[in-house]
Amino acid sequence: MSNELDLKLKIWRQEGPAVDGKFETYDANGISEDMSFLEMLDVVNDNLITTGEVPIEFDHDCREGICGTCSLMINGQAHGHEKATTTCQLHMRKFNDGETITVEPFRARAFPVVKDLVVDRSAFDRIIEAGGYISVNTGAASDANLTPVPKEASDTSFDAAACIGCGACVAACPNSAAQLFTSAKLGHLNLIPQGQAQRFARTENMVETMESFFGSCTNHGECHEACPKEISLDFIAFMNRDYVKAKVKNRKLAGQK
Amino acid sequence: MSRNSGGGSLMTVLDSKIPDGPIADKWNNHKFSVKLVNPNNKRKFEVIVVGSGLAGASAAASLSELGYKVKVFTFHDSPRRAHSIAAQGGINGAKNYTNDGDSVHRLFYDTVKGGDYRSREANVHRLAEESVNIIDQAAAQGVPFAREYGGLLDNRSFGGAQVSRTFYARGQTGQQLLLGAYQALAKQVAAGSVELHTRTEMLDVVLKDGRACGIVTRNLVTGQVQSHSAHAVVLATGGYGNVYYLSTNAMACNVTAAWRAHKKGAFFANPCYTQIHPTCIPASDEFQSKLTLMSESLRNDGRIWVPDGFDDSRSPNEIPESERDYYLERKYPSFGNLVPRDVASRNAKTVVDQGKGVGPLKNGVFLDFQAAVERDGEDLVRSKYGNLFDMYERITGENPYKVPMRIYPATHYTMGGVWVDYNLMTSIPGCYAIGEANFSDHGANRLGASALMQGLADGYFVLPYTIGDDLAGRLGDAPISTNDPVFTQAEADVQGQTDRFLSTGGTRSVDWFHRELGHLVWDYIGMERTKEGLEKALSEIPALEEEFWKNVCVPGSGTNLNSSLEKAGRVADFFGLAKLMAKDALDREESCGGHFRAEHQTEDGEAQRDDENFAHVAAWEWNGPDSTQTRHKEELAFDNVALTQRSYK
Ligand SMILES: Cc1cc2nc3c(=O)[nH]c(=O)nc-3n(C[C@H](O)[C@H](O)[C@H](O)COP(=O)(O)OP(=O)(O)OC[C@H]3O[C@@H](n4cnc5c(N)ncnc54)[C@H](O)[C@@H]3O)c2cc1C
Ligand code: SF4
Ligand code: FES
Repeated sequence: MSNELDLKLKIWRQEGPAVDGKFETYDANGISEDMSFLEMLDVVNDNLITTGEVPIEFDHDCREGICGTCSLMINGQAHGHEKATTTCQLHMRKFNDGETITVEPFRARAFPVVKDLVVDRSAFDRIIEAGGYISVNTGAASDANLTPVPKEASDTSFDAAACIGCGACVAACPNSAAQLFTSAKLGHLNLIPQGQAQRFARTENMVETMESFFGSCTNHGECHEACPKEISLDFIAFMNRDYVKAKVKNRKLAGQK
Repeated sequence: MSRNSGGGSLMTVLDSKIPDGPIADKWNNHKFSVKLVNPNNKRKFEVIVVGSGLAGASAAASLSELGYKVKVFTFHDSPRRAHSIAAQGGINGAKNYTNDGDSVHRLFYDTVKGGDYRSREANVHRLAEESVNIIDQAAAQGVPFAREYGGLLDNRSFGGAQVSRTFYARGQTGQQLLLGAYQALAKQVAAGSVELHTRTEMLDVVLKDGRACGIVTRNLVTGQVQSHSAHAVVLATGGYGNVYYLSTNAMACNVTAAWRAHKKGAFFANPCYTQIHPTCIPASDEFQSKLTLMSESLRNDGRIWVPDGFDDSRSPNEIPESERDYYLERKYPSFGNLVPRDVASRNAKTVVDQGKGVGPLKNGVFLDFQAAVERDGEDLVRSKYGNLFDMYERITGENPYKVPMRIYPATHYTMGGVWVDYNLMTSIPGCYAIGEANFSDHGANRLGASALMQGLADGYFVLPYTIGDDLAGRLGDAPISTNDPVFTQAEADVQGQTDRFLSTGGTRSVDWFHRELGHLVWDYIGMERTKEGLEKALSEIPALEEEFWKNVCVPGSGTNLNSSLEKAGRVADFFGLAKLMAKDALDREESCGGHFRAEHQTEDGEAQRDDENFAHVAAWEWNGPDSTQTRHKEELAFDNVALTQRSYK
């Protein structure tokens, strides 16, 4: 049999966006070290339900580290202390018997609490809607191999495209800035030939939409530390350069009208 | 092409609407003959798309680009989170970029054969034709497919295919394709032509005069029940693998949308066709919540074995070669560890059932890389499988370079689903089903890398054409008012179910019932089915269902987020589905693809089809809660692919 842990949990409970929340304490005893963090919460919830109490709401879906739905601050760290790991892939063998674990939602002004540990991250969708796409209507594409993409550009673009949209970068940032998320999408699309036509308009629109929801970046780098996909800070630099160019270019275009 | 039903109601005719002509011309001819909606008139039509996975997002984006007014509903917090995101391996496309002899015809042929001759030839051919357009579309959207040094797209061979036709994006093909479709959708949302409703669950399809006229939803954050009307309703709501409780599917995958449509008249086809994937990490305890898929590619270099003796608890490295049974290599000398998914899965079950299983719960077999590490060195093995090995170690705490992996089969995909005709319309006029939610293209078994292909073919390239055929004749019809009694009645039914769950006041959680149901479905309608087991399922499932309605405990309220309440509705529908799966499996007195009836096997233990009596689709018609469904048949014709018996010896 695997080892078992007895834990104390301090968990944020909040009925809804408009009411105050507070920490509640729960015991989680006999937790197998092979469980994932979310399975540990499942056990706590099963106990709450059978004693007629309201279970703790938390977001999750794939439980494979790819959908970006899970989102917990565990002992003050977004997705917990294991590097490059989402909450759903964090396992209990990384904790110690007798430990007290604090669990909170991802906090940011742009991520209001929906209930307990669930937050609303739809501001990210608004950033994508502002330009995080390549405008090619269905059926309008030419043969894929007519547009070779240099392997290096393709690989770097992919490194950025690996972002799962979880929001840990925002939660970890002292300013609640969304630079890492936004720059990851811009890096994905702006580095490849297909993305060039809309590059500067895309950059300007996405950055300005981001700024309307989120705080400003002061180069702490906490976002990268928390990011489960280890998105590089270089993409922020790349975004900033493109933004400056976009300002110049778009103005020039405007002047020519 | 219309066929009469076999069973009771001779009134119902299953018309598959397969176009005439040679197989290679059917789709082209059909595109020419379907009625078109004038571009200026498209904006007069409203279309509801439920689901924003690959199928739903691609359909919604494409329909709105054409000019239709589209409303999208998903219970996820963002379209980007749909289960499609988790697909790893790749997507097929008959591009023949590798010049190794692939063609539309070969992909068609492989898919019909792989489906064990239980799919519609015409649909599969269309799928193969459109596969090439998907790759072009996705690449243009910026989907970062793997590339070679010259900057052109790379391909690999996948799931035993003899040609390299699989396009892939590291281990995240599903994520990258979904982001492409999601971004196309976001573009249309920004343009104001798609109305997006997130965290909103569809709980009923509404019909007026026999035709779909809208849906009823529940807002998961506020509990508000609301009606939405439209000229057409598209279900892109995914598969039902979670009826087994444990599967590789995301936690929220469920059958509710499809099932509620079934109860309103949509026939449900081949529910017993489910696919079990051989290489998943076994459960570690009873609170295991889902199973993680380990890519099939591992079988290229890993050797599968169990100890010779029963209940051997020595650590694998202490078991000498002479006491190991490499059972796949022994039984299938030419294919060895690379036998197809169903064969590998069933053999694992056999040895575990014999008491030779490994691991703390004796519920796995070894997948051993020792020989590969010795032959190729750890570095080469790491370069091929590093990510997968890391993931395995994160989950199990064991290092696969040193200790063999433990694997066991798990439910992965459901070929069955809502019956649709060639236009992807269900048996409810005006209601369509696309993606994994329908039954259409994979027959009794799906080949690797073809689900993404099907979802995107349906959404980008098939539905946008075929939906016009029906809509063109409805110009001038206003959508039905949501104050119409058909809507208010459906809203009351939905609210009634919510209230009932909240007031049942039982003692067991929804998850408890779901786990128990999953055990029954896995044991009796899993990898191997018998008449006796299926009959047991048909008596034990209803008993558990009865207990569920009496004794389920759903705390909390109906006016804010309440995941127990959401799950209760989904589990209720899984009960209905499970019973139908058992009935379908019992009536299908043959083995084919993922449906293995122990009574019907060849001397080699292979699935034995009965083409004379079962070369048909079984499509079930709902007859109300108190009667059993009627089984209708759609006969399948194989004019282009000769029926053969598989052998992997
Ligand atoms: C681990 C894994 C790996 C896979 N790998 C591959 C692979 O390599 N290649 C391949 O081809 N296939 C693969 N598959 C299969 C493939 O991923 C799926 O079949 C496919 O993505 C299904 O897409 P879909 O759009 O039909 O459904 P989904 O992606 O499941 O989307 C369903 C959508 O419907 C919504 N929905 C459902 N019900 C409701 C409701 N009642 N109300 C509102 N919204 C609702 C959901 O919110 C979601 O948006 C894999 C599957 C798994 C599990
Ligand atoms: S950049 Fe990293 S932390 Fe931020 S949303 Fe993307 S994956 Fe999550
Ligand atoms: S639940 Fe999908 S990333 Fe964690």
